[in-house]
Amino acid sequence: MKLSFEKSVAGRRGNFVPPLAVPAVPLDELLPAALQRATPAALPELAEPEVVRHFVALSRRNFGVDVGFYPLGSCTMKFNPKINERVAALPGFLDVHPLAPAETVQGVLQLLHETERLLSTICGMAAFSLVPAAGAHGELAGMMVIQAHHRAQGAGRRKVLVPDGAHGTNPASAALCGFEVVEVASNPAGGVDLDDLRRKVDTATAALMLTNPNTLGLFEDRILEVASIVHEAGALLYYDGANLNGILGRARPGDMGFDVVHVNVHKTFSTPHGGGGPGAGPVGVAAHLVDHLPLPRIVRDGDVFRLEGTAPRSIGKLLAFHGNIGVLVRAWCYLRAHGPEQLRAISGDAVLNANYLRELLRGAFEVPYERRVMHEFALSGRRQKAAGSSTLDIAKRLIDFGFHPPTIYWPLVVEECMLIEPVETETKETLDAFAAAMLQIAEEIRVNPEFVHAAPHTAPVKRLDEVRAARQLDLRWRATGG
Amino acid sequence: MSYQSHGPDDRAAMLARIGVDRLDDLFADLPASLRNPPLEVPPGLTEPELLRLAGRLAARNSAADLICFLGAGAYDHYIPAAVGELAGRAEFYTGYTPYQPEMTQGMLQAIYEYQTMICELTGLDVSNASLYDGASAVWEALLMSERHVHQGRFLVSRSVSPLVRATLRAYASAADFPVAEVGDPLGALDPARLEAELAAGASALVVALPTAYGELHDATALAELCHRHRALLVVIANPLALALVKTPAEMGADICVGDGQPLGIPLQFGGPFLGFLATTNALVRKMPGRIVGATVDADGQRGFVLTLQAREQHIRREKATSNVCTNQALMALRATIYLTLLGRQGLRELATVNLQHAGWLRRRLLALPGVSALGEGPHFHEFAIRVPDARGWHQAALQAGYLAGLPLAEWEPELADGLLLCATEQRTRAELEGLVAVWEELA
Ligand SMILES: Cc1ncc(COP(=O)(O)O)c(C=O)c1O
Repeated sequence: MKLSFEKSVAGRRGNFVPPLAVPAVPLDELLPAALQRATPAALPELAEPEVVRHFVALSRRNFGVDVGFYPLGSCTMKFNPKINERVAALPGFLDVHPLAPAETVQGVLQLLHETERLLSTICGMAAFSLVPAAGAHGELAGMMVIQAHHRAQGAGRRKVLVPDGAHGTNPASAALCGFEVVEVASNPAGGVDLDDLRRKVDTATAALMLTNPNTLGLFEDRILEVASIVHEAGALLYYDGANLNGILGRARPGDMGFDVVHVNVHKTFSTPHGGGGPGAGPVGVAAHLVDHLPLPRIVRDGDVFRLEGTAPRSIGKLLAFHGNIGVLVRAWCYLRAHGPEQLRAISGDAVLNANYLRELLRGAFEVPYERRVMHEFALSGRRQKAAGSSTLDIAKRLIDFGFHPPTIYWPLVVEECMLIEPVETETKETLDAFAAAMLQIAEEIRVNPEFVHAAPHTAPVKRLDEVRAARQLDLRWRATGG
Repeated sequence: MSYQSHGPDDRAAMLARIGVDRLDDLFADLPASLRNPPLEVPPGLTEPELLRLAGRLAARNSAADLICFLGAGAYDHYIPAAVGELAGRAEFYTGYTPYQPEMTQGMLQAIYEYQTMICELTGLDVSNASLYDGASAVWEALLMSERHVHQGRFLVSRSVSPLVRATLRAYASAADFPVAEVGDPLGALDPARLEAELAAGASALVVALPTAYGELHDATALAELCHRHRALLVVIANPLALALVKTPAEMGADICVGDGQPLGIPLQFGGPFLGFLATTNALVRKMPGRIVGATVDADGQRGFVLTLQAREQHIRREKATSNVCTNQALMALRATIYLTLLGRQGLRELATVNLQHAGWLRRRLLALPGVSALGEGPHFHEFAIRVPDARGWHQAALQAGYLAGLPLAEWEPELADGLLLCATEQRTRAELEGLVAVWEELA
């Protein structure tokens, strides 16, 4: 499909610029010629109807939860309730300047304060900050809190322990605070190897970062032991909440002994993933760490709310303003829509769906861990690989069936990994259809791996050459060729 | 409310297939002492109840009805209806990071167009696919500089927004890098005064275009000076101003960052906004975040993919150029749609209206007795003035329905009697004159 630039015709335009409200002054008087750009930015020139068709055409070459099943492991691609979009679009939330005086923004401050309280209750933490813009940003905030804590204790703790199955953002976030990252091995059952943990944790350890259920969808059943090993060394326990959906309402990270948590509201709390973002990654802490939370803090004095911009022990500001508020408004809607039983029902069906789908697939694909899973599970495509088709081939072939492929080649601890997260909003019929497609693909691999290797067959483009993209960089269009 | 799809029969059939009697059996790995804690959350609301409650809260944000003369990093611009309509297509907003490019060509192509537009606006060679916001993008630019220059120290002009400088301080303190603030809030940075700071070692200098106080200064001499000392120049730019102003690339900047909020993104009490980052070809492998590239498919047709992923956290883990995973893709899409609608000519005209509106307001206010200039300019659509009683004037305007800028006491003690004001294309003649009239009474 052509780029907007390639459709551009000189002189075409829309009508979005209001007339000057004041008498014009010659441009050079306001902006000296030496400060003016030499040539205009070469933006495309199109009339509005063409622009609309262009982006509608692009949207039809895209895939979202509203189009079909999206079992992308670790991403919790659940239904995004439409009422949440309606609420976020209310002018009272949309058209509010972030530096408006507190007395003119009481509604949104109350909403944010309530969101903090609800997250604290659900996670069993003393307090939350809604500032972080995504999960990884929440991790960074959490690492900064942990660093501030140890600095305040006068202890130079340099190491952060991360299990080998951890998401890449965990080590990357720890490294941004100057921590040395030390990997902890997993045991044959897919959990943390406690002996390796005991060997590696010491007085230089600042924290252990853990995802629970872990990135294989397995609940770390010795979590209380893990917590006491970490705490006895004077280190803190960090909870990556990417997988909170699997235990929502049924267990709380605070009760497990976690000192700092982040949640991905674009996963567990249904805010749209936006084609890659924005999300939000609120960070919560136990009582002893509240003073270190990022700024601004939302403060309630009686019935009046305000933003507090300074606090001596805080890690400080992480963004110019207060967070991805539009995303948090949607999360608030989701939180208020669900009472206690309804919250538990979410994790109930998420876990039911994962175990059911795993049951349907376990004959045809290798199951790396013989255990109950929580909200997601890993399969290995090792058997198919031996027959001539990789996990990448399986993923590409799934596209022909109208399913988004699972997360592939991650976690790294499983060979030819497929991480499948079917989420609670999907029907049994959808899971059955997905399983049927997977079984058909497994059969195709037995009889005709070449056909699977050539997939996708029905997408708008054939398999794309990613190696060439990285070798012959073409990151922007240019009028000459491009 | 519930968004689950199963009926009781489905659940029973699925449990039977799994081979357990009760749903709770699936949660057997949770230690009994932790299981099913009391959950003190209010009962769930139905959709109409939720909308009513939300409506009541939204109604308590009277800020939405104020006539906005406040900028300070978040700007009140008109957003064409098509922006929300198109970015609200479910195929876009309910998808995620385009890991499977054959299925997500729409978002990938849109981001490739976005990257091209950011390159056009900044004059630089390459852009990434978005970062969280403008302030965090500055920090990413500094980390990039550090990976290139390795001096372990940064310089930031005091004319950069205090909101951005506070953010840099937080990250820099965690990473243990000193950040030295140089120059004054107002006026151009004097290269002569910078020489010693650069000689002491710095990976980058950060300046803003326009500054936090609305002034536009040519950074060409600063770029030369930085490069003589092997430091990089990072320019924070307002993307709308770049429709008219000499580009960061023309000035010799190595990295340009900023917030794309002015490009079709609502104020939303401060987010989600759009961090953008552009740089030169020489630094492309040091960039943070996602990058989209063009390639071909098995039939030789053009297509788009995420590329240079070897920089990223999912491959490089603790050695990655950044920890960013989820970014602000939908905001980048909004900016792309906005810029496509405005187009080459429209964006220049729009920027000109902003420039003229603010210029008129500044001249009118400077003519009031007791009002004087803070900063000589030139200015884009924002400027600071000194008034006899900044808080009193701000309050009086608020009573009359105007959000009359920012009292600068909140930012700089030395500018305590200052007000920072912005007039975009949104302000009508009546509103512009109305604000002047309120203050004429006080002057
Ligand atoms: C386990 C895990 N941790 C952390 C993250 C990072 O979250 P985000 O993408 O919101 O930054 C992700 C998500 O992609 C994840 O799956």
